[in-house]
Amino acid sequence: MSKHLNLVEELSEETTTLNLGPTHPATHGIFQNILEIDGEIVKSAEQTVGYIHRAFEKLAERRNYYQITPITDRLNYCSSPINNMGWHMTVEKLAGIKLPKRVEYLRVIIMELARISDHLVCNSVIGVDTGALTGFTYMFQERENIYEIFEEICGSRLTTNIGRIGGMERDFTPEAWNKLNRFMAEFPAKFEEFNNLLTRNRIFMERTKGAGPITAERALNYGFTGPNLRAAGVDYDVRVTAPYSSYEDFEFDIPVGTTGDTYDRFLVRQEEIRQSLRIIRQAIDKMPKEGGFHADVPLFYLPEKELVYNNMEALIYHFKIIMGESEVPAGEVYHSVEGGNGELGFYLVSDGGRTPYRLHFRRPCFIYYQAYPEMIKDGLLSDAILTMSSMNVIAGELDA
Amino acid sequence: MTNEFVLETIKEHFAEGILHTEESFGMLNITVTKDLVLPMLHFLNKDERLGFNFLTDLCGIHYPDNKGAELGVIYHVHNMALNHRIRIKAFLPIENPSIKTACNLYSAANWMERETFDFFGIIFEGHPNLKRILNMDEMTVHPMRKEFPLEDPFRTDKEDRFFGRTQNNEALINPVHGA
Repeated sequence: MSKHLNLVEELSEETTTLNLGPTHPATHGIFQNILEIDGEIVKSAEQTVGYIHRAFEKLAERRNYYQITPITDRLNYCSSPINNMGWHMTVEKLAGIKLPKRVEYLRVIIMELARISDHLVCNSVIGVDTGALTGFTYMFQERENIYEIFEEICGSRLTTNIGRIGGMERDFTPEAWNKLNRFMAEFPAKFEEFNNLLTRNRIFMERTKGAGPITAERALNYGFTGPNLRAAGVDYDVRVTAPYSSYEDFEFDIPVGTTGDTYDRFLVRQEEIRQSLRIIRQAIDKMPKEGGFHADVPLFYLPEKELVYNNMEALIYHFKIIMGESEVPAGEVYHSVEGGNGELGFYLVSDGGRTPYRLHFRRPCFIYYQAYPEMIKDGLLSDAILTMSSMNVIAGELDA
Repeated sequence: MTNEFVLETIKEHFAEGILHTEESFGMLNITVTKDLVLPMLHFLNKDERLGFNFLTDLCGIHYPDNKGAELGVIYHVHNMALNHRIRIKAFLPIENPSIKTACNLYSAANWMERETFDFFGIIFEGHPNLKRILNMDEMTVHPMRKEFPLEDPFRTDKEDRFFGRTQNNEALINPVHGA
């Protein structure tokens, strides 16, 4: 009998090991976390990543520059257009291509739409994880509307492969403008409705406040960027500090939080959606009439198909581009864009050959996901789930 | 802040160990000996005039022809307030590719170093948990090294010489170059 009592005493000191993932429905992707839990309190965590590693950096070493765009789609697939544009801009920087204002504005519209859809997914999923499914279903309809605009421009929805080196593959069609205008007219009201569902909702606030906080200092040390860093109180945004694609022409604010917890991350993204709408509105209003939809760079931008069949010069350029014959200078270039979840960087080393000598993606969530154990330590298990969804860790980008 | 100022300040502090400096697309590249990397990252971080306190990126690179210094580690550091970036490089011999870890300075370096180890086999001395991260543990090679070609290495239809890319345009001189 006394033996039995001892056993109980020993057990009370023990922690439980819990395998959260790799295919847990609450983690939204292939993430594995081996948690040590004491009751419901997380004592430590160890992540396993790499379940969907597809060797993008190796693949890129065997592909022509224009063939790498579809690889970038599959990084952060919630906002593929931003990745695509980031890659185009990197190559344009390397090759010294200047784009007309109009193209840059078109790109800004697409990138901001992508940012909205990225943030919508993340924020509505925070809602789902706190038990509020309603907002999610309504916001996914709005995401659908954004995807329809992408579909109208480039023909695909999720992995967009949108734009080309040197411009856009085609101009916005009248239908694309219609859809964009309809979205701009209808979305803000619906978004505010979604906002009202959650932002001042007592249950939601109780659940998210104080869940998974991080200080600004630790966040910087961990290499945080994007909304997660801003939620911790650092106003770093690549669009402002190193403007690309004419972002300096637009007026917008950078929202910042204070505590870096789930609620702040949610609020920062909500405000960024409003700011993105502001940018799109300005881009539509200021859209130059002249400038076409691509720069005049025959060595990089494919000629019209009809010209290829009827014009010797166009045929030569077509051949050169498809065979990867376009001359690029040797050099090293780092270019970064403000992705949906942070600074997405492309470090490209070219030796002048047909393919990159080395291409490294600075994937924001790969870098900040390391902080996850520190953020959930001594918190509740349910907060750990929330923290992960509010950090917007995208498996495709994490594992590259 | 200008690249000249950064370079001068660094040179003031580090008399030797700086092997090469250049500017590529506006970014200052500094190649240093492997022992100097960590002191330099510390200096760049702590010095009040410089304030490069954000490690943006850390990655590896492999130059098989660069005898004695085949593997490289490349650090991108960022001064966020003034928006200035510089790149620090160190090259290591492939027989003994080891360099000190930057984990104690930047927590962000932890996984980036693991990734570099995984893909290039660069050993980061003092790293708390240096094991593979994206590839499976059973893997025996470091796949981003250039000796592991992506496709069948005996394929001859995609060689550079067919695209006018070799130095003397061998493909044009000797079009029936044997496979």
